[in-house]
Amino acid sequence: MNAILTSKWTKAVVFALCLVPLGLLIWRAIQGDLTANPINFIEHRTGDWTLRFLVITLAVSPLRKILRLPQLIRFRRMLGLYAFFYGCLHFSSWFGLDLFFDLHDIGKEIAKRPFITVGFAAFVLMIPLAFTSTAASIRRLGGKRWAMLHRLIYVSAIGGVIHYYWLVKSDKHKPLEYGFLVVLLLAWRIGSWLIHRSRPAPAAATPPRRTTPESV
Amino acid sequence: MLVQKKPDLTYADVTPKALYMGRRNFLLGLLATTAVVAGWKKLPRMFAGPAKGSVPVPLTGLVSSKYTTTGEKVTPENDVTTYNNYYEFGTDKGDPSQNAKNFVTSPWTVSVEGECAKPRKYSMDEIMHLAPLEERIYRHRCVEAWSIVVPWIGYSLSTIINLAQPTSKAKYVAFESYYDPRQMPLGSQAGIQLPYVEGLRLDEAMNPLTLLCVGMYGETLPNQDGAPVRMVIPWKYGFKSIKSIVKIRFVKGEPPTTWNLYAPNEYGFYSNVNPHVDHPRWSQAKERRLGEFFRRDTLMFNGYGDYVASMYAGMDLRKNY
Repeated sequence: MNAILTSKWTKAVVFALCLVPLGLLIWRAIQGDLTANPINFIEHRTGDWTLRFLVITLAVSPLRKILRLPQLIRFRRMLGLYAFFYGCLHFSSWFGLDLFFDLHDIGKEIAKRPFITVGFAAFVLMIPLAFTSTAASIRRLGGKRWAMLHRLIYVSAIGGVIHYYWLVKSDKHKPLEYGFLVVLLLAWRIGSWLIHRSRPAPAAATPPRRTTPESV
Repeated sequence: MLVQKKPDLTYADVTPKALYMGRRNFLLGLLATTAVVAGWKKLPRMFAGPAKGSVPVPLTGLVSSKYTTTGEKVTPENDVTTYNNYYEFGTDKGDPSQNAKNFVTSPWTVSVEGECAKPRKYSMDEIMHLAPLEERIYRHRCVEAWSIVVPWIGYSLSTIINLAQPTSKAKYVAFESYYDPRQMPLGSQAGIQLPYVEGLRLDEAMNPLTLLCVGMYGETLPNQDGAPVRMVIPWKYGFKSIKSIVKIRFVKGEPPTTWNLYAPNEYGFYSNVNPHVDHPRWSQAKERRLGEFFRRDTLMFNGYGDYVASMYAGMDLRKNY
């Protein structure tokens, strides 16, 4: 398992797999199979995949502990960047296709419609994370501050779920499914933080704890 | 590679194995359950046999109508039959065309009842022959800000109202859809209360544009579009045009309507198409006509003001949305 996870080929395979949803969307577009309302379909699909990649990214840390596969960390940055990538596609399909770059409408919609306000905020909060995703940024900011900053992904994920929940008309099943997963993954973090806190090592003997991005 | 060894911890700090395994199993169990639930929903479709439901048949002897809308390009039939809101058959636009395949709409009766001199039950065959079937092209504007142009088939609802002879007590007409959880298992997940109910003021119901609809595109209605008989009220948002009607009832007071029951601040009783009154969550100023790239401006009363505006004279349409 370790050999597979640490192989450079695995990373390439995961990278390619993450492009499959976009590939399928393009394939359906070529086939003229984007439903009677293609713009809406593209918006919904890219939105779905943004949420899915946010959930997958948030699942990395719990899974590496639960499955005792610390090597999974190798994929977290890429998965997070894919969440941002699909978020960009989602935003630009709304702004470029749906509103056709109508700057007047976009301001009005973001200000006036709570589901768009919260979705837009969730997207904007991902931008600094994407820009500070490099190893150089971790060094520059310091592990602790970098980790603090990157907790913004929790806000983005919650915001994304609320955005979806407020959008649907009456069938809340899908947004609640995403909400359940996000809450579960965040609860795991709170739980492991509480367990950590409730077992303090003897104060005098505690060496300064090394904070690394991996420990988040 | 991160060094995991932490010499400052003693054996006493180790989480008890049962607790650790418990949490681990719990989480894995939850993940597995989620996966199973997600997959389970797709199963029925994968193992569905050939459809056993009713299918459209061609209609002949159609007459033209002075109420038909001219100058509009009719939406391709395939779009109108694959992009539907019919929550009894699922809430995704593509669901009804898949899930209504086994819907059996024969035999069918419509009960006309309530405050009227001649209540009675009509068989579908009777309904097909109460008046000459007219083809009427109407714009159809969904509350979700998309629109279509459809060549509906039917006749004015006033035909059947006149036969029933409503009494002076009748001020409103209430409609009810068919609902059978066995034929419509997804209805319980729709989030809205079923059976679907709708209503009109009696003068709205008597307006000649108000169509009792039995077909479209030269055939009887496909299941997903509301077979065998539905309403089409072209100046109101699409959800007012109730599908698969089993009951038409004359009543004294404003009847409850499904979407208004679900969210009274979002869907009013009148729900006239109005570009100046937004839905609380989205704008109604523009719409996307299926098949077009650019959004177009939404018209007051969906462009049917000449026929219907007088019914709302003096009413505050911002309040009576």
